[in-house]
Amino acid sequence: MGLERSEIHGILKEKFGDAVLEDHVEAAEPFVVIRPDAWEEIAFFCRDDQRLRFDLLSCLTGVDYPDRKVIELIYCLDSTPNRHWLVVKAALPRDNPRIASVESVWKTMDWHERETFDLLGVTFEGHHNLTRILCAEDWVGYPLRRDYVMPETYRGIKNVIY
Amino acid sequence: MTLENLNPDPLIKDVVFLQTVDDLVNLTRANSVWPLTFGLACCAIEMMAVGASKYDIARFGSEAFRATPRQADLMIVAGTVTHKMAPRVKRLYDQMPEPKYVIAMGGCVIRGGPYVKYGYHVVKGVDLILPVDVYVPGCPPRPEALLEALFKVQKLMKREKILDRTRRTTKPEVYVPQAV
Ligand code: SF4
Repeated sequence: MGLERSEIHGILKEKFGDAVLEDHVEAAEPFVVIRPDAWEEIAFFCRDDQRLRFDLLSCLTGVDYPDRKVIELIYCLDSTPNRHWLVVKAALPRDNPRIASVESVWKTMDWHERETFDLLGVTFEGHHNLTRILCAEDWVGYPLRRDYVMPETYRGIKNVIY
Repeated sequence: MTLENLNPDPLIKDVVFLQTVDDLVNLTRANSVWPLTFGLACCAIEMMAVGASKYDIARFGSEAFRATPRQADLMIVAGTVTHKMAPRVKRLYDQMPEPKYVIAMGGCVIRGGPYVKYGYHVVKGVDLILPVDVYVPGCPPRPEALLEALFKVQKLMKREKILDRTRRTTKPEVYVPQAV
């Protein structure tokens, strides 16, 4: 019923042309890399296009690559009516990672984006309440960055490191 | 002859006149320990198993898990205490009436467990924030181990004295929670 991964990638490339930077359909888990500034438009298209109908963004996560100086976001899109899925990656500059919020496309992205902001420090422009969600409100630093150092004390509790 | 004439040593007074009362009070107290209902992570599953029919903590009088700290006299800290949760745990402890006891259940609560090295968000031992009476090692400890800890707490309870409150007042206070 659903489309092949190569067909999905083909539809995206046909529609967005050079906004799709890389297409790894041969990878074990096929993915496309997109230009970050086109993300919101692509997201709306993925949700509303009748062939794609990605009505669920099941996971947003990110990886810090200090050697490439990027933070890579990984969006996993699911289509419950069409039973196919898609992985979209976007590489953001490490010193100022910003991307459009897609909270208005998938409501579930509210917490996902807050989590990624909390742990990696990515700013999602247009998010209505971009605050920390897992760490305490006054936490310092972004724990999933490779160069993160644990605080020695937090609110008077020693972080003993054995 | 009155008590004042005798002018007994406080210790003697305690032993001679209150020993039986102590024994009675402690017997009742130790056989109806009311734990506080709360679990923080996977260890709580084992704690629930202790409450369920197979291990059945009701055999030892502790089946009444109270949903409010004001009615509880035993705190079983079961699960990972994160920095975000620490002030809440401490506040629950403070709200419990004396005499109160704490069981630290599982590796996480004792010294951070699996998170000991890279767990930036985990308090490395709940004894950094509140005094612990019995430690139960394991990840998670088996239900029998928790029952054993309950027996240890019951033993401690049987040492309580009405007149001697030193054990309660000399517990170390390590950490004062701040409003979040
Ligand atoms: S000690 Fe093990 S089982 Fe218990 S809360 Fe920690 S990780 Fe979970």
